[in-house]
Amino acid sequence: MPMLSPALRERIQALFPRYPNKQAVTLPALHMVQDELRCVPAEAIREIAELLELHPAQVHDTLSFYGFFRDPDRKLGQHRVWVCRSLPCMLRGGEELLAHLCGKLHLRPGETSTDGKVTLEFAECLGACEGAPCLLVNDDCHLSVTPQQAEEMIAGLGS
Amino acid sequence: MPTFEPVLLRNVGVKDSHTLAVYRERGGYRGLDKALALSPAQVVDAVKASGLRGRGGAGFPTGVKWTFLPKDHPGPIYMCINADESEPGTFNNRILMEEDPHQVLEGMIIGCYATRATTAYLYIRYEYGHSYRRLQAAIDELYAAGMLGRNVCGKDGFHLDIYLHRGAGAYICGEETGLIESLEGKRAWPRIKPPFPAIEGAFRKPTVVNNIETMACVTHILNLGVEWFKSMGIPADPKNPRDAGSFGPKLYCVSGHVNKPGCYEAPLGLTVRQLIDDFAGGVWKGRKAKGCIPGGLSMGFLTEAEFDCKLDFADPGKYRCLGLGTAAVIVFDDQTPIVDVLYNSCRFFSHESCGQCTPCREGTSWMTKILARIRRGEGELSDLEVLGDVERGIGLTPGTTICGLADGAAWPVKNALQKFRPELEDWIRNKRTSVDVLAALGGH
Ligand SMILES: Cc1cc2nc3c(=O)[nH]c(=O)nc-3n(C[C@H](O)[C@H](O)[C@H](O)COP(=O)(O)O)c2cc1C
Ligand code: SF4
Ligand code: FES
Repeated sequence: MPMLSPALRERIQALFPRYPNKQAVTLPALHMVQDELRCVPAEAIREIAELLELHPAQVHDTLSFYGFFRDPDRKLGQHRVWVCRSLPCMLRGGEELLAHLCGKLHLRPGETSTDGKVTLEFAECLGACEGAPCLLVNDDCHLSVTPQQAEEMIAGLGS
Repeated sequence: MPTFEPVLLRNVGVKDSHTLAVYRERGGYRGLDKALALSPAQVVDAVKASGLRGRGGAGFPTGVKWTFLPKDHPGPIYMCINADESEPGTFNNRILMEEDPHQVLEGMIIGCYATRATTAYLYIRYEYGHSYRRLQAAIDELYAAGMLGRNVCGKDGFHLDIYLHRGAGAYICGEETGLIESLEGKRAWPRIKPPFPAIEGAFRKPTVVNNIETMACVTHILNLGVEWFKSMGIPADPKNPRDAGSFGPKLYCVSGHVNKPGCYEAPLGLTVRQLIDDFAGGVWKGRKAKGCIPGGLSMGFLTEAEFDCKLDFADPGKYRCLGLGTAAVIVFDDQTPIVDVLYNSCRFFSHESCGQCTPCREGTSWMTKILARIRRGEGELSDLEVLGDVERGIGLTPGTTICGLADGAAWPVKNALQKFRPELEDWIRNKRTSVDVLAALGGH
């Protein structure tokens, strides 16, 4: 039983005409797989490699460069919350915001809550410094958030 | 507030400004119409004559870059648009893509026509989800309107596809050859240059790499004209043959300790003081500024006494900063320890170094460790000498690394040692400390 569903394979293959070679589909494919499985297991790497006509080591090499992708023992929660720690946010309480959430959720940056709902991470500049401190929930940015607002936002995340 | 009428930001805040209908209603795509009435070479000439310099950080003249593409190349030629925007303090590309995606796409179509590129990849950082969705919707509108695909806008033989390509959270993908490697599905290790992308870029083909704001400027150069563009900014210093001048409008980002952080448009050459006082509402809490970073974290520091520095391509260098960078000003007030600012900066570059050059990988990590120690009150005066040695030894300037990230890491340290040395020495001597709220947390 392959790990990548036929629908997922189709979505990956649909991108082939966009690029002169299949290797260029590596990042898009990794994104699709992680969106669905919340991590990229070794078997998925092998199947992506087969689809893209690459050696699995090539896919793994790319994957491991980007801190973004997770292996199964560090599987993501349903929501990924990134708190910015770069200078403009730091100057307006970004680090305190992250520390506050770590305390409330009993998590260290990078960890996932035991109910599997949230993964908390630090981020470098999210490109929204006019709204420092800010955080990203999945790929939606929230600007000028107080610790209380952030707590409520996370509590309100659906499952 | 100065009387300048914004051009790049003119649609921001207008209802449905992101749609093709509203963009057109407000005069959009006239630049493209005008471009298509010219030959590609004439469009390149117009951009060259405008003096437009890249807004992504390096300030290279855009039209000149386009002429580096090989003549009569059988193709394909690619265009890569750089929307990786990850330089701390910088967010103007995001605002353009979210609020006015067609302005950016219009510039891209014009640029592709001029350079004969048939495929454009817009490489966008993953974190910009809203921008990504807005751009994709705008691209879909253009295909439906016959403005992308085969025979763009009915122009015989002008075929163009634009694809969005999402990154995965790495600053180095903003370096143009790191971007290309990442696009190709590899780790984003910057390439040794030459060859430059114009000769051998994406998929080993001639490639133009430009920034989002640069493309937005192209739109208006074609619509409003070269003279209009050149009427703004600071002309080249006739005594300096290497100065190419600073023309046109610029999107200035200002963040940190000001009352109204934001993105403001003004002609190139605004001073830091004007930006802070006239646009950003002054320093917060009635305090004074200690200093600022003039152009995104990589550019170094200005002290408050240097705030008359003009934000153009030439002036920051005269104040020993690395350059204009992205013209993103980060202000810190007089109660901010410079050690904290410097530590944050070094930690960023150490985290983002791609690791392929040892001086950059190790140097950024040492500097971060030394600064952490100084922050804890455990520094020695000799640490400042070590920081100076490390800083001078990394980057393109001493020639020890492949890309400019290392120079960006070095510059804040260099400028701090030059401009804030008494504070650093005083901090170390008196064993002052500041709390690293994150160090206690651990994690990755
Ligand atoms: C470490 C590093 C990061 C960079 N990040 C960006 C970026 O996020 N966006 C960008 O447009 N240029 C960035 N650049 C500059 C690009 O390499 C390139 O010069 C630019 O995209 C060219 O476009 P322009 O001429 O229109 O400015 C970066 C350069 C370096 C050395
Ligand atoms: S200078 Fe640093 S970031 Fe640039 S290629 Fe070398 S190691 Fe990578
Ligand atoms: S520093 Fe946090 S968004 Fe830029």
